[in-house]
Amino acid sequence: MTIAAIDTAPTARSTELARGRGGGGPASKRTVVAYGFWIFILSDIVMFSCLFAAYAVLSRNTAGGPTGRELFNLHNVFIETMCLLLSSYSCGLGALSAERREPARFLLFAAVTFVLGAAFLVIEATEFAGMVAKGAGPGRSAFLSSFFTLVGTHGVHVTGGLIWLVYLVAQVITKGLRPPVLRRLLCWSLFWHALDIVWIGVLTLVYLMGASV
Amino acid sequence: MNGHDHVFDDRTPGVEERESTASYSSYTIGLGLAIVATIASFIVSQTHLLWPPGIPVGLVVLAFAQIGVHLVFFLHLGSGSDNTNNILALAFGVLVVFLVIGGSIWIMANLKENMMPMNQIMQMQH
Repeated sequence: MTIAAIDTAPTARSTELARGRGGGGPASKRTVVAYGFWIFILSDIVMFSCLFAAYAVLSRNTAGGPTGRELFNLHNVFIETMCLLLSSYSCGLGALSAERREPARFLLFAAVTFVLGAAFLVIEATEFAGMVAKGAGPGRSAFLSSFFTLVGTHGVHVTGGLIWLVYLVAQVITKGLRPPVLRRLLCWSLFWHALDIVWIGVLTLVYLMGASV
Repeated sequence: MNGHDHVFDDRTPGVEERESTASYSSYTIGLGLAIVATIASFIVSQTHLLWPPGIPVGLVVLAFAQIGVHLVFFLHLGSGSDNTNNILALAFGVLVVFLVIGGSIWIMANLKENMMPMNQIMQMQH
């Protein structure tokens, strides 16, 4: 045995040190792709934090216009929250079925995820349209400008996620559950779970604090 | 060599270490806890269960609890040594988020406190 071979032979201690710290040579492509996407998601959340900060600063500047308490319908918001939470759950189960190479099950969970995400968007769009019709559009006050920017950006992300899901389902049907498709699915499921985490912030800061007794 | 490759594999967010039948139950437990936290948030905001000035604090605590549930049960971020990279990236993200939101609220509240009332500014412009 040469010295080089001894150096590279993993001992129990060196493998333990290598785990999770990038040691022991390059990680699998799947790990690298998902880690890169995780960094993207965190940067996206940093962008959302700027919108949250703007909303937190401006939320009381209603310029004599309607306040959140008068505008928000918590009944609808609860349904929206449950739609997004259940779609996150079915997205997780779908990703798991894909990992286990069960395409039929994956397609079922993907359809459930899509329907719940679309239901969320329909409720949100109805809410926005109702507010604009009442004269509480984004131009009415600083509060409403920041409200529409924050909640609208989240809605745009959900729309993008749904389009991405349709595209991935088409890939699963035409190409099957091959490793490149599975990597894309993993990234998409991270994105979808992250949107639900952002929604917890929107729900708490915008709706519950805005309409608390 | 397959054994070694497996040993060196870092964890990625969104994937559980041992893909087994336990995974379905992990998502289901997460869903249950998240629903409990959501309903608790709505109850706290709509009733006088908490001392009213403490309601925002209660809501923030419940939101952090629910975000933690999502990270652990949906994104499978644990405290294992193979998760170090993911957790460090998350910790940096959380730091930036706190600086941006906390810093903005702090500075703008200070500015508002020290600003001349609007009617006096209007008088000075004439």
